[in-house]
Amino acid sequence: MTDAIARFADTLRAAASAGTPLRIRGGGTKDFYGRAPAGQVLDTRAYSGIVDYDPTELYVTVRAGTPLAELENALSAQGQWLAFEPPHFAAGGTVGGAIASGLAGPRRQAAGGVRDFVLGVRILDGRGDDLFFGGQVMKNVAGYDVSRLMAGAMGTLGLILEATLKVLPRPAAEATLRLEMPEARALEMLNQWGGKPLPVSASAWRGGELGIRLSGAVAAVKSAREKIGGDEVGASQAASFWTGVRDHADPFFAGDEPLWRISVPSTAPALGLQGEQLVEWGGALRWLRTRADARSVREAAAKAGGHATLFRGGDRSASVFHPLSAPLAKIHRELKAQFDPAGILNRGRMYPEF
Amino acid sequence: MNMRMNDTAFLKKADMVARLLEKLPRASVLFEPEDLRPWECDGLAAYRMVPGVVALPADEDEVRHVLQVARALKVPVVARGAGTGLSGGAYPLADGVLLSLAKMKKILSVDPASRTARVQPGVRNLAISEAAAPYGLYYAPDPSSQIACTIGGNVAENAGGVHCLKYGLTVNNVLRVRGFTIEGEPLEFGSEALDAPGFDLLALVTGSEGMLAVTTEVTVKLVPKPELARVIMASFADLEKAGDAVAAVIAAGIIPAGLEMMDQPATRAVEEFVHAGYDLDAAAILLCESDGTPEEVEEEIGRMTEVLNRAGATAIRVSESEAERLKFWSGRKAAFPAVGRISPDYYCMDGTIPRKRLGEVLQFIGEMEKKYGLRCPNVFHAGDGNLHPLILFDGNDPGELHRTEQFASEVLQKCIEVGGTITGEHGVGIEKINEMCVQFSPEELETFRRVKRAFDPEELLNPGKNIPTLHRCAEFGRMHVKRGQVPHPELPRF
Repeated sequence: MTDAIARFADTLRAAASAGTPLRIRGGGTKDFYGRAPAGQVLDTRAYSGIVDYDPTELYVTVRAGTPLAELENALSAQGQWLAFEPPHFAAGGTVGGAIASGLAGPRRQAAGGVRDFVLGVRILDGRGDDLFFGGQVMKNVAGYDVSRLMAGAMGTLGLILEATLKVLPRPAAEATLRLEMPEARALEMLNQWGGKPLPVSASAWRGGELGIRLSGAVAAVKSAREKIGGDEVGASQAASFWTGVRDHADPFFAGDEPLWRISVPSTAPALGLQGEQLVEWGGALRWLRTRADARSVREAAAKAGGHATLFRGGDRSASVFHPLSAPLAKIHRELKAQFDPAGILNRGRMYPEF
Repeated sequence: MNMRMNDTAFLKKADMVARLLEKLPRASVLFEPEDLRPWECDGLAAYRMVPGVVALPADEDEVRHVLQVARALKVPVVARGAGTGLSGGAYPLADGVLLSLAKMKKILSVDPASRTARVQPGVRNLAISEAAAPYGLYYAPDPSSQIACTIGGNVAENAGGVHCLKYGLTVNNVLRVRGFTIEGEPLEFGSEALDAPGFDLLALVTGSEGMLAVTTEVTVKLVPKPELARVIMASFADLEKAGDAVAAVIAAGIIPAGLEMMDQPATRAVEEFVHAGYDLDAAAILLCESDGTPEEVEEEIGRMTEVLNRAGATAIRVSESEAERLKFWSGRKAAFPAVGRISPDYYCMDGTIPRKRLGEVLQFIGEMEKKYGLRCPNVFHAGDGNLHPLILFDGNDPGELHRTEQFASEVLQKCIEVGGTITGEHGVGIEKINEMCVQFSPEELETFRRVKRAFDPEELLNPGKNIPTLHRCAEFGRMHVKRGQVPHPELPRF
């Protein structure tokens, strides 16, 4: 396994000296995400496997090339899971890809995002230096938090070799409820429930139907079911519904109309953009299928206090992620230059200028 | 030569003061020796330095002005909240400006619908929860100093508390930080949505000890106050059993709202002070809290009691009222002042270790007590592995302070050796800067310096804290220990 790291480091050093762009890739299940990938493929799957897992310590250290499904099975065998519910999109995705993309699933609203579960990383920077940040403990404030910086950086700052993730026990009980209501009412109710001690772990509204998932102690789920009302959905139907939302297998995500991911404060009123919507995360995530121009989508998102990503389809040569303010763009360029001076790591995958 | 340097420093200070006064009122710029004295240290009182100038801006315009003046004159800036930090993060510089955010203490908004509060950096941690209480909400991270410490300081240090296992640290509870770069440019990290485009700079600035930007506004998440909370106090005849009990609770799939351990010297010191009703015959006690709906709490308390009994608890008491719950916690929360009563001085450590190595580390601390001839009671955030050994010493005896520092340094290095970290929630500051050389390799330290340069190329924001220079590491002379790496890493371990 150390051979694999040595090979990665050699590849990085050679690419840095020749100025060859590298395209870091695991299972390729997120090739559609971000700006169009380019460069010589560096396949991370050669470095795979769980390094350290002790369920009572609530962490797992895993190599980045490990299939996400393999990790999830190992955790599941101990009654635990990755609480941020990473999407799969297709079979074969890796842990490294899940972290680099920074994408969390329906449970995000209750559990937190990828970055909230990253406790430590081992990376190779653009010079090929082998670096450890963070560690295997929940609380760690030594030095800057470079580990969390890797979550969602799209592989532009370093090649993730290993990550230590916080894991949690699976809840004792779950139930899914279905209610009918228009968007404005759904947003209002979701925010109201959010302010109460109710174990809401996911929500999805589309076309006048609201799905609510409750997760927690048996008694808590039972009493919340009574407070929220609606019809209970059977367990297997519920499981496939939430997997469909998580992995974009739900019919809402079919077809090739551009898909926008609009992240806004949960209380933002209906955005009023043309196209079909699926609202998740208690109102904080609005998926939109539309052929509307990028500018109007971005303006609506920004006006609501959020940002919009062209998630799938559309023109990937232009900007996919929401443009940054000038001072933030400057810091991004500086950080990129510091971590990857030759600019070889996933160049242009996130923003055109790096 | 000396004379000339002093003249230069004097002129520079006079220039600095004059330029600050162009925008700040007279009362907001302190420069007379008697006015500067109260600012000479933060919570790490063993280290003192009178700052060159203290600036107390009242709004963002004034903050920007201070930064622009400092940058123009190449004067370092140390930001400070309430000065309760325990690692010297706000230790002043004699040739620098101490930028106190104490005047910026307005709660700008509390929004019950979005469950957020927008506050200025000088707002006290507890004041946020008080403002949110009418809506049944509160701000979760609760460092022991929460009555006094400010949210700006919490962001700078990524402060924790006793409920982190379930509710997270500052980094998990802050949505957005507005601040200024050293150039005086305003920027926002994070957003009021659950994420923001680009790199997660919010995570990077949280815990950056004021070295990347100066915080002027924070949006925090508020969470619904649980309907009920109850705490179990369990006694154990030895520390190892108590440690195993913690693992057993988690193995049972329970994440308690709080999970704390205190050893006998700590409970005895505390009991005399606050009469929390602790079992003084126990070698260690555990406090395990459950919160949620009444049904949920009943279910969880039942399950935890069973697990603790099976793990060998010699006695178990469950709080029967909110007053009793607070009484059980009062001892833990008052641990530091209580220890302050039984010793002229104490030194609080903050290492974090994988919990399974607890027995080994406590035994090591016991050996160090003998080696250095100093006592060391322990309080421990058992759920998340964060240790707070308190070394008792007498600061009037210079030998004792020196021995205390050596004692602490050895314990921190032990924490690294077992796969932990030198600081869980108090920060590095100046206190643990040498041990950074042990925890990180030269290349890793260089990466930190690169991060710093990306934000602050001239290194004017809180220089000399957190990240040691390689030169300093060479002087300290301890080798970097690859964390968690055992002598034969090639051998399978489980």
